[in-house]
Amino acid sequence: MTDLDELKITKIEGTAIPVEGNDIDTDRIIPARYLKEITFTSMGNYPFYDERFDTDGNSKGHPFDDPRFQGASILLVNKNFGCGSSREHAPQALMRWGIKAVVGESFAEIFAGNCTMLGIPVVTASATHVQELMEQTKSSPQTAVVIDLEHQEIRYGAAPEPTRIGLEIPESRLKAFMHGTWDSTGILLSNAEKTKAVAERLPYISGFDGG
Amino acid sequence: MAQGTLYNKVWDSHVVDKLPTGQYQLFIGLHLIHEVTSPQAFDMLSEKGLSVAYPNRTFATVDHIVPTDSQARPFQDGQAEAMMSALEKNARKFGLQFFSFNTGQQGIVHIIGPELGLTQPGMTIACGDSHTSTHGAFGTLAFGVGTTQIRDVLATQCLAMDPLKVRRINVNGRLGPGVYAKDVMLYIIHQLGVKGGIGYAYEYGGAVFDRMTMDERMTVCNMSIEGGARVGYVNPDETTFEYLRGRKFAPSGLAFDKAVEYWRSVASSPDAQYDDVVDFEGAAIEPMVTWGVTPGQSVGVSDRLPDPDAMSPEDKKSAEFAYNHMGLKPGSPIKGTPIDVAFIGSCTNSRISDLREAARVVQGHKVANSVKAFVVPGSQQVKQQAEEEKLDEVFREAGFDWRGAGCSMCLAMNPDKLVGSQISASSSNRNFVGRQGSKEGRTLLMSPAMVAAAAIEGRVADIREFLS
Ligand code: SF4
Repeated sequence: MTDLDELKITKIEGTAIPVEGNDIDTDRIIPARYLKEITFTSMGNYPFYDERFDTDGNSKGHPFDDPRFQGASILLVNKNFGCGSSREHAPQALMRWGIKAVVGESFAEIFAGNCTMLGIPVVTASATHVQELMEQTKSSPQTAVVIDLEHQEIRYGAAPEPTRIGLEIPESRLKAFMHGTWDSTGILLSNAEKTKAVAERLPYISGFDGG
Repeated sequence: MAQGTLYNKVWDSHVVDKLPTGQYQLFIGLHLIHEVTSPQAFDMLSEKGLSVAYPNRTFATVDHIVPTDSQARPFQDGQAEAMMSALEKNARKFGLQFFSFNTGQQGIVHIIGPELGLTQPGMTIACGDSHTSTHGAFGTLAFGVGTTQIRDVLATQCLAMDPLKVRRINVNGRLGPGVYAKDVMLYIIHQLGVKGGIGYAYEYGGAVFDRMTMDERMTVCNMSIEGGARVGYVNPDETTFEYLRGRKFAPSGLAFDKAVEYWRSVASSPDAQYDDVVDFEGAAIEPMVTWGVTPGQSVGVSDRLPDPDAMSPEDKKSAEFAYNHMGLKPGSPIKGTPIDVAFIGSCTNSRISDLREAARVVQGHKVANSVKAFVVPGSQQVKQQAEEEKLDEVFREAGFDWRGAGCSMCLAMNPDKLVGSQISASSSNRNFVGRQGSKEGRTLLMSPAMVAAAAIEGRVADIREFLS
């Protein structure tokens, strides 16, 4: 197995969390004041912060605080999700909260690109299909959802007869996930053997006693 | 295209592959990390389920956020404490050597690399800090990188890089008395401009560099980045080899001799070709002081401040902005400008030789009443050495604060900050607006000896008059 194989993302399985509404911008996903933090480490605490808590810190009942959706890994959204500022903190915050894939009607381009760099597939489905999936997870939060990039479909509900809906993802991104080349680390890693050869050739790596 | 230079040789020996993007995959021989820019990179690594590919090629220290008056844990600043803990955790988790306080080897990352003998000629070096160029003093290609690239080095020990052009900068002849490496570099930046080095690696040579100590070469290479060059280096020679002999991580015994042979071989060949060559005369360089908000806005200490009307439109605009911020007037002398704070420290000028030189100036004098003066050694080892030589007593008796090792007021991420519109005489490398912790704060960059003289006079002084 090459190292690139380890970076291949062909399928995401988990439960889903619906966040309804169009034009949810990155400021809403992660308020600007958290950009001051020097690490991404705590970003997982902040997605949708101002929509989740009032000024006294009391929960406003947002899905991200709803006990029924804890542990979900697939985010369901509507139109033009992730518009506004290009901050990488937005996908970072979602990812650190536990999101591994996003399904929606449409996405802002920069947001989708940032997600791709982090290995988070962002896929689209028709408005009707998204709505049905959202309804399903709202009534049964434990519904198993599979995003199958290889077969370009989303399956949800119990086997053997899960509901199947089509998904769309731009060709280049699909390839990047399927081939494990969605970031520079992956490309560099794929040359691990050549890297080792260079290291072995450099006299200082062997402490100058290799002869 | 340059040929036969150290840059070409080291680059070629570290190329792993040409990438589909057109960039080159370059093996990185030494990776240095610190608390501020590494945590995100480690997070990305863990999230991908990746490990550190060559854990024995990465070394960690803590410098940017450390308080220099007390190193007691937890730090008072919660964010600083969090960063420190993150580094400790990551070093443990990935099995990286961490020069923490208790090792006695903690310090500014660009001070400790050379001091420990980690930095050796012919290496490629990366660190998430732009002043990584410092390590070029040893004949290395040392790159400052961003967080995503730190992640790449951790995961693969490689970077995707574009090649650079090479400019040879000769400083010929001799330096006058009271003129230091810092002045040489401020002069070069003044002459070539803060953007002059973009796209270039700077190779420094000529009689002045041949005579310089390693400490002095580091001061120059450190500020390559202020001149726009991502990389700056000096070819390794006997001075380099002698510096490295006996250092903790330097080869020893027979291996040292083999190493010297290799180190010699990476130096630029006598017939090397450069993309550009520039010559300066050492005798033309005065003690330098910056008056503006870029490191290129400087004058000789006996000069008057320049007239914006005599400048190109672009320079004029930035000069006017600088005058406005600094509250200084074109045509007035820089000498005599009152200062509020004197800071001796930073990876540019906090090595033992810097402290010795400053102490020599300070000896038998008192810091002016109006001035708050402090010395922040670059590393615990520098601090210890200075204390063995009783330099701390010289500074303390004169009224300087004597601190622990760290970056301190170079970038004011720790509690050491300018207040309001205070003016500092600083041995650091950047005079950007806000750099030293106050939006209105003002910074005059100069050599540590000049900072010492300014601390005593309470105003910018000419070290040459001061010493005579
Ligand atoms: S001393 Fe200043 S320039 Fe050097 S590493 Fe620290 S903050 Fe950066």
